[in-house]
Amino acid sequence: MATSNAGSNDPSTTRRQSKRPKYSKFTQQELPACKPILTPRAVISAFLIVTVVFIPIGVASLLASHDVVEIIDRYDAQCIPTNVTDKVAYIQTPGEKPCTRELHVEKRMKSPIYVYYQLDNFYQNHRRYVKSRNDEQLRDSGKANSVSGCEPEDDANGMPIVPCGLIAWSLFNDTYVFSRNSDNLTVNKKGISWKSDREHKFGSDVFPKNFQNGSIIGGGRLDANLSLSEQEDLIVWMRTAALPTFRKLYGKIEVDLEKGDVIKVNLQNNYNTYSFSGKKKLVLSTTSWLGGKNDFLGIGYLTVGGLSIFLAMVFTIIYLIKPRQLGDPSYLSWNRNPGGH
Amino acid sequence: MAEGSKRRIHFSKLYSFSCLKSPFRDGHSQIGNKGYSRVVHCNDPDNPEAVQLNYGDNYVSTTKYTAFNFIPKSLFEQFRRVANIYFLVVACVSFSPLAPFTALSIVAPLLVVIGVTMAKEAVEDWRRRKQDIEANNRKVHVYGNSYTFVETRWKKLRVGDIIKVYKDEYFPADLFLLSSSYEDGVCYVDTMNLDGETNLKLKQALGATIHLHDEKSLQKFRAVVKCEDPNENLYSFIGTLHYDGRGYDLSLQQILLRDSKLKNTDYIYGVVIFTGHDTKVMQNSTDPPSKRSKIERKMDKIIYILFSTLILISFIGSVFFGVETKRDTSVGRYRRWYLHPDNTTVFYDPRRATLASILHFLTALMLYGYLIPISLYVSIEIVKVLQSIFINHDQEMYYEETDRPARARTSNLNEELGQVDTVLCDKTGTLTCNSMEFVKCSIAGIPYGRGMAEVEKALARRGKDEESEVDGGSFLGQNNEALDSRHPIKGFNFEDERMMNGQWVNEPCPDFIQKFFRVLAICHTAIPDVDKESGEISYEAESPDEAAFVIAARELGFEFFARTQTSISLHELNYESGKKVDRVYQLLHVLEFSSSRKRMSVIVKNEENQLLLLCKGADSVMFERLSQHGRQFEAETRDHIKRYAEAGLRTLVITYRELDEEEYKLWDKDFSKFKSTLTEDRDALVDAAADKMEKDLILLGATAVEDRLQKGVPECIKKLARAKIKLWVLTGDKMETAVNIGYACSLLRQDMKQIVITLDSPDILSLEKQGDKEALAKASLESINMQIREGISQIKSAKESSNTSKGSSPGFGLIIDGKSLDYSLNKMLARSFFELAVNCASVICCRSSPKQKARVTRLVKMGTGKTTLSIGDGANDVGMLQEADIGVGISGAEGMQAVMASDFAIAQFRFLERLLLVHGHWCYRRISMMICYFFYKNIAFGFTLFWFEAYASFSGQAAYNDWYMSFYNVFFTSLPVIALGVFDQDVSAKLCLKYPFLYLEGVEDILFSWPRILGWMLNGVLSSLMIFFLTTNSVLNQAFRIDGKVVDFEILGVTMYTCVVWTVNCQMALSINYFTWIQHFFIWGSIAFWYVFVLIYGYLSPAISTTAYRVFVEACAPSVLYWLVTLLVVVCVLLPYFSYRSFQSRFLPMYHDIIQRNQVEGLEIGLSDDELPKQSQGKLLHLRERLKQREL
Repeated sequence: MATSNAGSNDPSTTRRQSKRPKYSKFTQQELPACKPILTPRAVISAFLIVTVVFIPIGVASLLASHDVVEIIDRYDAQCIPTNVTDKVAYIQTPGEKPCTRELHVEKRMKSPIYVYYQLDNFYQNHRRYVKSRNDEQLRDSGKANSVSGCEPEDDANGMPIVPCGLIAWSLFNDTYVFSRNSDNLTVNKKGISWKSDREHKFGSDVFPKNFQNGSIIGGGRLDANLSLSEQEDLIVWMRTAALPTFRKLYGKIEVDLEKGDVIKVNLQNNYNTYSFSGKKKLVLSTTSWLGGKNDFLGIGYLTVGGLSIFLAMVFTIIYLIKPRQLGDPSYLSWNRNPGGH
Repeated sequence: MAEGSKRRIHFSKLYSFSCLKSPFRDGHSQIGNKGYSRVVHCNDPDNPEAVQLNYGDNYVSTTKYTAFNFIPKSLFEQFRRVANIYFLVVACVSFSPLAPFTALSIVAPLLVVIGVTMAKEAVEDWRRRKQDIEANNRKVHVYGNSYTFVETRWKKLRVGDIIKVYKDEYFPADLFLLSSSYEDGVCYVDTMNLDGETNLKLKQALGATIHLHDEKSLQKFRAVVKCEDPNENLYSFIGTLHYDGRGYDLSLQQILLRDSKLKNTDYIYGVVIFTGHDTKVMQNSTDPPSKRSKIERKMDKIIYILFSTLILISFIGSVFFGVETKRDTSVGRYRRWYLHPDNTTVFYDPRRATLASILHFLTALMLYGYLIPISLYVSIEIVKVLQSIFINHDQEMYYEETDRPARARTSNLNEELGQVDTVLCDKTGTLTCNSMEFVKCSIAGIPYGRGMAEVEKALARRGKDEESEVDGGSFLGQNNEALDSRHPIKGFNFEDERMMNGQWVNEPCPDFIQKFFRVLAICHTAIPDVDKESGEISYEAESPDEAAFVIAARELGFEFFARTQTSISLHELNYESGKKVDRVYQLLHVLEFSSSRKRMSVIVKNEENQLLLLCKGADSVMFERLSQHGRQFEAETRDHIKRYAEAGLRTLVITYRELDEEEYKLWDKDFSKFKSTLTEDRDALVDAAADKMEKDLILLGATAVEDRLQKGVPECIKKLARAKIKLWVLTGDKMETAVNIGYACSLLRQDMKQIVITLDSPDILSLEKQGDKEALAKASLESINMQIREGISQIKSAKESSNTSKGSSPGFGLIIDGKSLDYSLNKMLARSFFELAVNCASVICCRSSPKQKARVTRLVKMGTGKTTLSIGDGANDVGMLQEADIGVGISGAEGMQAVMASDFAIAQFRFLERLLLVHGHWCYRRISMMICYFFYKNIAFGFTLFWFEAYASFSGQAAYNDWYMSFYNVFFTSLPVIALGVFDQDVSAKLCLKYPFLYLEGVEDILFSWPRILGWMLNGVLSSLMIFFLTTNSVLNQAFRIDGKVVDFEILGVTMYTCVVWTVNCQMALSINYFTWIQHFFIWGSIAFWYVFVLIYGYLSPAISTTAYRVFVEACAPSVLYWLVTLLVVVCVLLPYFSYRSFQSRFLPMYHDIIQRNQVEGLEIGLSDDELPKQSQGKLLHLRERLKQREL
């Protein structure tokens, strides 16, 4: 230490240039600054601004949500014949399991009407499940052999599976056919998946190979003649859901449904949710500018808005009841210990 | 060699022999034994024996790292922190399938953090290295094989080399002095870099070597030095020189230490004996004990809490995971068949669910690792370095006169500055200037000197009321400046028209006055230094007191201008003729000053062949030495001395005596004999002989020298007191002086009650005289005990009465002297003494030694458990500085020793106010807020992962894309928090100083109290809960856009992450009170950067971006719901905090809230106090100038 300083302590060197720190607003910590503080006016106006902004948004959201017409039909229990006791065994038996449901339109539904299936208690977000896919293979026809991460659904009979992995293997395979007054309602299944998925994640020259050929059959099968980018059901399914209860888009009905219409649904109940006692629901819904039917956001906005005005009032009342002299000198005294600390 | 002739005098005669003796006579028998094995072959470094010894070269390195060990060593340093080890382990494990994320996304932030820290280390080390290179490559002349001196670099010196060092050069190694440009082989050295003492020290070569004067004589010189091994003791040296077949003892007197400087001597020859790291200064250069701030120690505890939380939630997670996994299989059935539980790896195997859950525990530890803020340490380090830069650059703490800015020598303790509870303070040089000024004298019983000492002024003020006292404070400062301008002469502040300008000749006793100033002009050891151009004379004196005397004599017409080996020459004003004449006094003997003798004398022969003994000394020893007829003015003088002492002045008694020729001759013989003896009792003999002469003195008068208070000290102390900082003054002064200084600097106030603990009672004194040590100790202890108890009961009763009357208690001042302090620090009494002391507003310890200072510091530190700050300027304060939590060195006159041991260096005591109240307060606030916020943001983020896990059957799937997460700590949230740590100000510097009670926030540790920390953590948990549930409930399960698409895993991740980034950054914006463009830039920039990032990242090929591929552009941005959810979540999450803050700051305000509010609402306070006067002053000045112009 001493050595290093020896040179600089020489007075002849220090005298020449002053060590006075250079002045700048930055180094003197005097930069122009705004110093917002919580004055009663600021607090009350902040609360009021929140109220003023939030209540209209809340009302609008609620209105939007109420505009949406939604028909939900749970069919997992009803579509099991009443004489079946072991639902799991029933669903696992190969063969057709038709089922018919009737949906009543309570309110006019404007097209497009989105058809969803909703599963429950299905952990698509399980780490093993989420990771069990190979994006390279899905994208690139030359990479059919890259099946890492797909175990145990990586190959069957010594051949790589395309698409591999648990997600594809457990593809949802219930089907719905809708009719109104014995007129078939066509379900448009184009454009139900994300464009980026179709174009960049699922190759248009990649075809299913060796799919569902293993010892255990999971879910649905794929048309080996259609490229993956055209298999939108698969693409939708492979965008894994965030939480164990989820909806996925099945298709769109592009005609309006009138009030009082009865929609007959012929469905094939193939998918096993009975093992993990998951519900299956069929959902028909219109959309608003905000999306589907959910009051939560509107209620949330209204609650926050209401809470803000309540707080503003409480604050004002306390402030009026217990006003303190501005600049009360007793609080500046160093003899007193203000603030209850 | 122009001055050589003048300088070539036998200085050894000038100084009494006593200072040249070796203090370690007996140590020489040990040479050759263990610890004393060094052998130096002088002038023969190539001798095979010397080569075999293989002493290192003179290369010195003070760097922490070398090029080779930098990487391993700095890594090792970093991984000594628990948190970093955790991250390292996580990074290693991340390559296994256990990891919930990709390995790179875990390793990258760690690498960034480690890299930044290493870069910081490297830059610091590089600076040190540059300084080393400069030192190692300095030039020195070494005696080479060609028998001439050749120039070489410092680092090339070897043990045994003979080198030549010129005037004003530093010694490159520890040298053994052979000879100097003076015939008698003396030289002067300045050891400021070593011990901080500014006075020159005399070194003298052995008689045997002083003839080695030129290159020729050195040619044949061969000798061997045997001496002690390298050690750090600066004040001893043991060795022998074997030369010409004889052995000579070597002492410190012949040793020149590295980094001291040759002064007043043209050149010296010396032999290198210790090189490089063996030199004493390098052996001494251990770093000061590293101190950590309280906040940082508390932060470690918080980290442990977080680790426990981490382990707890991981444990909960793995239990649930184990249960869920186990349930996947039951008698041939598989529950969650889509997970293929029949054919799985060990991580998910339901048949080995326990093992799976243990492995999952490890995964969870990694997954929730975001609870531990990885960038906390590095951010804090960066912030503290930047804070130190602000301290260093503060213009308000720059001292023009010595050209010294404040310097934060360590950045570890910035926030500790904001929590100081007790300041322990040295007096001389710290509160005072340590430049002595001659202010008064009493000659022949008549007091001279009209000027008022500051203490007197303060005492005069004491009677007046508070209001005028405040005014007086500022008035005094102006007054001083005015005085300074009238008296530019340093060391002289004497005002008396009776004396000045030769008027003293008209006084009643001019002969006494003449003798008095003659004594001052002759009886000293100063050396005059005549400036050749201006003819002005300055003096190099051993102490500032002595310089003040010589200057005073000069100003009153007794100008000392030359000194030779045997004479002292004065320009003297003859009062009879009124003319200036030169007089030469033959100098016969100097009887040195020593602390035991407390006096100094010279024996001179004047031009009339009169033998005179001139003597000055402390009153305690001088009065008893007066002769019968010399006591003429004793009573008056004593009275004056008492008054001077009360005024805080240092006094000396001035006497003289005429000697009889015969008597002198007789004595001279004895004295010279004693001086040349080499026996053990030589000192005693010399002293006794001197004693014989110094008797029958004739009293002339007394001097009073003032050690002026530094500018702004009383105001500063008053401010510190208002900030409830307790101030203890530890001084070596007499009690009266200390008490009066206490009043002068507002440490003691008129309304304070004094509690004095002393051993000056008559019975103790009588015991002392009897010499019964045991009885004395016992009696002292009892008396102290009693006094302490009395004090405590006084305080208690005062408190009770103040409680009943609801008035504020006046406060107590404790004054204790050194001897009593010794007893009080006893184990038995320390407790009660301490109890007494902490209840006093100020404490003064007089007559305390450096060791006592350190002990008191430790007592306070341990006793209160609160932060102590020591401030001092001299080498005697080093112990105290190192003992305290914070050491502040005053870089004043007493050199660098205190500064080297300190954590902060300031030039003046008054800067302490700004250092503590402004920088301390800010840094404390910034760091504590920063740490709280850091934990908040990581908890808020980390727990969203946990809530998500709860909905993913705790499988270890992270809710977000890997790279969102790893950028969280590094890019999206770290810069605003650094900006907070560097720039945030609750109130401006001016207000910090104006309302010192704001400082209490730090002393009481309000901003970093456990409730507050836990509150922030709770806020974090709450935020994460709200973010998760509000987001999921709003966007799931319905369509979230008009085109009927639903939210999937990827979109939920982006939505939640957006909410997190917005929330934590807005929380930051809400909790700071100070927005410059920097804050705005960082906070809003961080949020914007998130969008930029997700945009760019989404446009990378899906192989890289995986789940983030176009998710923002394609899915989120076009959805109104996405934006509305962000707004709702952010407002909703911030609402509780905002409401809490707005209610608290209004109805339960903290100190800074009050000040801020007053600033906004009640500007009248600020205006009435100082702004209006300033404005009107400005106007007045302006008007005056205009008037002047008109007149012209």
